[in-house]
This record gives sequence, structure tokens and C-alpha cells, in this order.
Amino acid sequence: MSMTRRRMIAATVAAGAGVSVAGVAARLARRYGLVPPDSGGIYGPGETLTYATQRLMTTHSTAREFSRNMISKAPFANEIPPLKEEFKRHQAAGFKEWKLTIDGMVAHPASLSLADLKTLPKRSQITELACEEGWSYIAEWIGTPLFEVLHAAGMLPQARYVVYRSIDRDWWESIDMADAMHPQTLLTYGMNDDDLPVKFGGPLRLRLPRQLGYKSLKFVDSITVTDSMKHFGKGLGSSSPEGGYAWYAGI
Amino acid sequence: MTPCYAPVVPTTVAAPATERSRHSAVVRMTHWITVLCFAALLVTGVEILLSHPRFYWGETGNVNMQPLFTLHVPSSRSMVPTGYAVLPDQNGWSRYLHFEAAWLLVLTGIVYVLASLWNGHLRRDLLPAREQRNWKAYTAVLGRYLHRAPVKEDGAYNVVQRAAYLGVIFGLLPLLIWTGLALSPAFASVAPRAVEALGGRQSARTLDFFATIALVLFFVVHVVMVTLAGFWSRTRAMVTGVVKEEQL
Repeated sequence: MSMTRRRMIAATVAAGAGVSVAGVAARLARRYGLVPPDSGGIYGPGETLTYATQRLMTTHSTAREFSRNMISKAPFANEIPPLKEEFKRHQAAGFKEWKLTIDGMVAHPASLSLADLKTLPKRSQITELACEEGWSYIAEWIGTPLFEVLHAAGMLPQARYVVYRSIDRDWWESIDMADAMHPQTLLTYGMNDDDLPVKFGGPLRLRLPRQLGYKSLKFVDSITVTDSMKHFGKGLGSSSPEGGYAWYAGI
Repeated sequence: MTPCYAPVVPTTVAAPATERSRHSAVVRMTHWITVLCFAALLVTGVEILLSHPRFYWGETGNVNMQPLFTLHVPSSRSMVPTGYAVLPDQNGWSRYLHFEAAWLLVLTGIVYVLASLWNGHLRRDLLPAREQRNWKAYTAVLGRYLHRAPVKEDGAYNVVQRAAYLGVIFGLLPLLIWTGLALSPAFASVAPRAVEALGGRQSARTLDFFATIALVLFFVVHVVMVTLAGFWSRTRAMVTGVVKEEQL
């Protein structure tokens, strides 16, 4: 192998340039919020590339919406963890006592009943729910856009993530502001012209049609606005990475 | 993103008289990185597939719907009726690794294609020569393969090899990337046509599976042909770049 001096110098300069460009890119990515909370470990580089690229590409995009005749006649609800006593009590009372609490970086922390939520602007969308396993279905989802609730609560400008939790606290998720303020991100209480059935996440599910199904958390009763995911759980962004799944599920 | 600097000067290997320069450094590096990505994508793809070994055509599909076909294998989900015991869930790390390997493959592919355009590898080694662009040239090579007659290599790829490599590089791999991306709801929100052109989300998933089968077939044939030509001399050539004259 003949590695001439000139090529050696060129290779060194190229490697140096590569390392410094990567360093600058990493700093810029952090500044513009393009690094996901689960960016550590061996899958971090791939995950960061995916999240950063998709976040830049999808800033203003909307998930595909379908015509009414595309609504699946046989949607699939998937397995849900066994319902706990607290949930069963709510269910027996027709979810009249179900409360959605909003706290964290908001001027007016609040606790909304489903009736309160229904006084806010109502939206519906016919979108596909796609599971990471591969299956999917299309349904009409009816509810209040998350941004309406965040506006009403007076979200502070330093907000960077919105955390949302299932009544079963083992299940919690978070999204960045691009997804939280997105018009299709819906606090969903209705499905196909009816109340949202329990097996599909009723009485309240956060629908996020630009991400896979596991980000559309079922039985949502709590929202926290924050500027950092560091102090939530293990600091990886949601319960998904703690169970081995990516925080960002745009693919 | 880290820019990848590909040597743009064709490697001039000072080989002894008995050795012949065979593969450039770019080809060798991108070849092995691709092998690594292929292995990672295949293993993780199988793991993800096991969570729902059913395929559909069109936009939607789930266990309440009629599948196009079902693979008779166990599943890692209890909700899929297979008749077998439920396997452990491997989707978490499989999905992370699948996409990381896909990124590495795409970036490697970009380096390879740009370098091959620049240094003439594409024109010289892969595009069939003008007089070879006819069925006769293909049937001649295939006929020799079928009759186990020696196909003269002379250090260059024959026309069937060229077509196979071009088909994988510019056909199968881009199709796999496309059908894979079509499964991303975020990507679909930016490029809905990319999903519709494939016939819908579930069609894209089914096509991703078919393209994988085709790629695995290519891999098997490729390894068989390498073995017939001399496994160690050819593998050594793809590592060191040179092949012994008498082994050609």
C-alpha cells in the first residue's frame, strides 16, 4: 500500500474537518431542539438523525386525512393493561368525575372535566392509527386540540415539552412544542360519531397522527408543561425508552 | 452531518507482477459497511415482522381484517392468532437499530454513488459496454453459467453481473428505502404521494417485505457465485483490493 504524504495530509485535514463539522452540528442541533431526550447510547446517533431530520421536514406538515368512506369497519383496539380500581370507579360513574389536570409552566394551572373540555373548540379528523408492529386502521377522531388547552392555561414561553400521563402512571409520554402546538394533536373524547370507547382509550386519549400509535396515549388525565425532561422518570423523555422503545415515533 | 470524504483519485496499488488491482478503496469500504447494514436491517426486520406476521394490501390492515397472506410462524404478540406460543418482544432495540442501520446505509450509498460517478467506476465497471447492451450478450453469459462452462473474468464484471449489481444499487435498495420511509407517518405527512404511489401504507409494508426477499435472494446467489469463483481469493480481493493473477 502506498500512502503518499500528500494523501496522508489530505486525509488528516478531511478527518479534522469532519470532526469539527460534527461538533458544530451537534451544538447547533442542541440549540435548536433537534436532539431527542433518549439520544444517549449506541442508538443515539441514528435516533438523533431521524428526529432532527423529521423535525426539520415536518414543521408545518399535516398527517394524511382520509374521506369518510375510508373509515375502517373493523378497527383494532389492541391489548390494554388491566384496568385498575380507580379507573373502574370512574367508568361506573360514567366518567363524570374524570379530570384532566394541567400544571407546570403555565400561568393558570387547571383541572378540567370532560364537560369543561367540550366547551373548548371542537375538531375532528379522519386519520390513520398505525402501530409500530405494522397494523393500522382509520377512524374519525373528535376532540379538543391540545394547543387550545395550553393557550387557555397560559403556557409560558420557555415551555419546550408537554408531558402527558395515563391514569395508570406506568404509562406516560412527552412531545416537543412542534407536536404539542400542531393542529392535529387532539385531546380525543369521541370516535366515529360516538364517545371514545374504553378499549380505544376512552374517556380521553391524546391523538398524535404524525407519530405511531404508542405515542397516542390512552386514559389521559394529566398534563405537565416543562422546559426539560431531565427530572421526569429516568430523564429519557417518556416511559417508552425506559421499556426499550424510542421516545420519538415518527417512523 | 459529518461530511464523508471519499478518495476521488482511483487507488493506484503498487501490486507485484503476479497480483492485479481489483477493487478501489471506496468500493471495498462501502461494500463491507453495506454488508454490516444489510445484516443489521435483516435481523431487526425479521424481529419487527414477528410482531405481526400478516400482510395486507391497500391502506389499512389489522387482525380484524382479511390478510393478503400470513406467514405461518410464531409471533411476539399475543393478539396475533398464530397457534404458536408467544415469542419475547424484541421490537424496541430492533426499531432503534433498523433505523440507525438504514441511516448508515443511505449515507454510505451517497458516498458510493458520488465517488462512482466521479472516478468512473460506474461507467467503466458497472454500465454494460455499448456492444453488450443486447439480449444475446446476457443469454451468452447465462448459457455458460447453466452449462457450468468457465466464464472468462479478465478482471472485469460480465454483463449479467453488471445488471445484477446495477439492479440492486439503483433498484432494490432505493425501493427498500422508499417502502420503508412510506411507513413513517411523519414522512407521509410531508410526501403523501410517496405512500399513495405504492398503493397505501399496508401495500408499502408488503412491498418492503417482497423487496427484502429479493435482496436476500441476490445475497444468496452472490455468495454462491463468489464461492464458485474462489471464496477466499475473492473475499481477500474485497478486503485488500488485489487478486492473484493465477486466481483470476
